[in-house]
Amino acid sequence: MSDIKIAQTPPSIEGPGFQATSLDKIIGLARANSLWPLPFATSCCGIEFMATMGSNYDLARFGSERISFSPRQADVLLVAGTISKKMGPVLKQVYLQMAEPRWVIAIGACASSGGVFDTYSVLQGIDKVIPVDVYVPGCPPRPEQIIDGILKLQEIVKNESLRRRNSDEYKALLGSYGIQ
Amino acid sequence: MVNIDNEYILTEITNQFGDKVYSSYEPYGLLTIEFDKNSIKDLLSFLYNHQELQMQFLTDVCGTHYPDVKGKEIGVIYHIHSLINNVRLRVKCYMPIENPSIDSATFLFSSANWQERETFDFYGVNFVGHPNLKRILNADEMDYFPMRKEYPLEDGTRTDKDDSYFGR
Ligand code: SF4
Repeated sequence: MSDIKIAQTPPSIEGPGFQATSLDKIIGLARANSLWPLPFATSCCGIEFMATMGSNYDLARFGSERISFSPRQADVLLVAGTISKKMGPVLKQVYLQMAEPRWVIAIGACASSGGVFDTYSVLQGIDKVIPVDVYVPGCPPRPEQIIDGILKLQEIVKNESLRRRNSDEYKALLGSYGIQ
Repeated sequence: MVNIDNEYILTEITNQFGDKVYSSYEPYGLLTIEFDKNSIKDLLSFLYNHQELQMQFLTDVCGTHYPDVKGKEIGVIYHIHSLINNVRLRVKCYMPIENPSIDSATFLFSSANWQERETFDFYGVNFVGHPNLKRILNADEMDYFPMRKEYPLEDGTRTDKDDSYFGR
């Protein structure tokens, strides 16, 4: 018996030749298991991300097979590395170019909080310029931790409303970053 | 063939410029002179065109700030190298913080362009004659010169800070 886990079907009503479930569960399942990442790797944590995509750890096992290098085709922005203040507007621009639904993971201490760089030139966490869904701690985090972060995000994606972008809460969040 | 060593370089410079050389010393064997900032162009051209020395490679331009040395707070340091003779010279020019300006070396070395912009960016040194003196590394909207000692290194916007983690 192999112990490979495949994604569970959502609760549904089944019968011969048909299966009925709610649309948001199906779509959530599909989205969560095919998150296309856009790596925004600026320093040491980026190397860990490369290891995560390599054959040893292989993020493809979790449905993130295809790394997208265009923000317009990506679902999740993986920010791995130190972001300087000069880079802040660039990061925001990349985020703006992503289509909804979009998610962000801050990988490592630098992206989450500025890390060891408590200095005038470094952005003290990317959540100063864009909203973040999952923070992965560590300096740098191991690939296992990055994968854990992705799995955490998958849980969010599965369980959130399909039309999250229409919710007042989400609009207010984006509004607080000056994003329409 | 003359023997090109620190002594020879210093003699050549002193013969040419006399008391514009304020002082000289050799930490770790690296000849270092303090020089009159108003004549830096002449010095660089002289060393560049010197028959024997041919110091034609500008390795580095950088700044310093010593707030306690009155009238000489801001310094600009040049490292120039002779590839032919494999000798190096360090030139220090100091100026008061009220008016930190010095002639640009871009007339002679194209490589001085970026290095002087960096020195301007961090120390606010005004390089007279530089073709494009604006910030190069820091964000354009920054409104101070961060390496000057009166400004803190730390970022004021940090919210999660526990000083004990930073050794303070
Ligand atoms: S968190 Fe650590 S490993 Fe990651 S980018 Fe910052 S300094 Fe590098």
